[in-house]
Amino acid sequence: MPVSVGYSIAVFAVVAIVTYFTRSLPFVVFGGKKGVPKIVIYLGQVLPSAIIAVLIVYCLKSINITSAPFGLPEIISSLVVAALHLWRKNTLLSIAAGTVCYMILIRVMAV
Amino acid sequence: MKKTIKYAYKQTIPVAVGYIFMGIAFGVLLSREGYNPLWAFCASTFIYAGSMQFVLVSLLHDAAPLITVAIMTFLVQCRHIFYGLGFIDKFKRMGIKCPYMIHAMTDETYSLLCSVKYPPDIDEDKCSFYISLFDHIYWILGGVIGALIGEIIPLDFTGIDFSMTALFIVIFINQWREMTSHIPAVIGLCSAALFLILLGPDNFLLPSLLLTVGLLCVLKKRIKNEISDASAEKEEN
Repeated sequence: MPVSVGYSIAVFAVVAIVTYFTRSLPFVVFGGKKGVPKIVIYLGQVLPSAIIAVLIVYCLKSINITSAPFGLPEIISSLVVAALHLWRKNTLLSIAAGTVCYMILIRVMAV
Repeated sequence: MKKTIKYAYKQTIPVAVGYIFMGIAFGVLLSREGYNPLWAFCASTFIYAGSMQFVLVSLLHDAAPLITVAIMTFLVQCRHIFYGLGFIDKFKRMGIKCPYMIHAMTDETYSLLCSVKYPPDIDEDKCSFYISLFDHIYWILGGVIGALIGEIIPLDFTGIDFSMTALFIVIFINQWREMTSHIPAVIGLCSAALFLILLGPDNFLLPSLLLTVGLLCVLKKRIKNEISDASAEKEEN
């Protein structure tokens, strides 16, 4: 484990509680006649695509483009996922093919 | 009763494949960090959130501070705030099942509950409950199977963590297609890239998230215009 059992439980609990909080918010806050604040509606429209973009960078944060294999496994596999998904629009196929591609590339390109 | 359960089960078959597959990927990933199947079971049961459970593995790996965990979770999950809106009366009338229906509201279950047509001889509320429950079971099953695979099968799974990157690229493309304004996606990408260069991989996440939300608020007028222009055009056509 990268962190202690106690800290792991804390992280799991925070994720679980905050997730339940977001799911229950409309029932607790917006259950009445007041309606949803405009800024919340706006952020709900735009946040998901912005956050996913941040998450992609977060996934690729550790690649090193200054030394071999220059992040090539990540870049090539990402392109495979994107191309496949644009072509076939099949979520599972894109993910499976991209992951297998990556697992092969890091072994082939290992130095 | 039997009929209702059977009908609910039939509706969830498309979700079953995806949930078991992604659940396995999550379970393998978590077990690679040294967590046994009980942890995967707890995560899939009590958190029950697709992308966020993948992010959870990364946050554990990086030993992220709890405040980052909380803000990250909130921002990744805040789309759920809107899922409940159409179901407020329905879930409230389900009484004791209401808290569970709220918990089980994932992207896939939401889209199922929105689209399912209830035949007259099927109890609507019971059927939605079983749809939620079946989806949840698939996800837990996948997670535990994955964790067992990771623990028992002595394969070198190095690189399976790319399934998370792949998942997010797929979601990104889907959202890019749906969104009429691409400014939010560009804001997210640029904020994250900027702080990654400035602060390095260990400290960039929180500032990028905050800058993203800030910029979205500052550019609200412009983005809203793009969204409403596009919907006006759609109406004209």
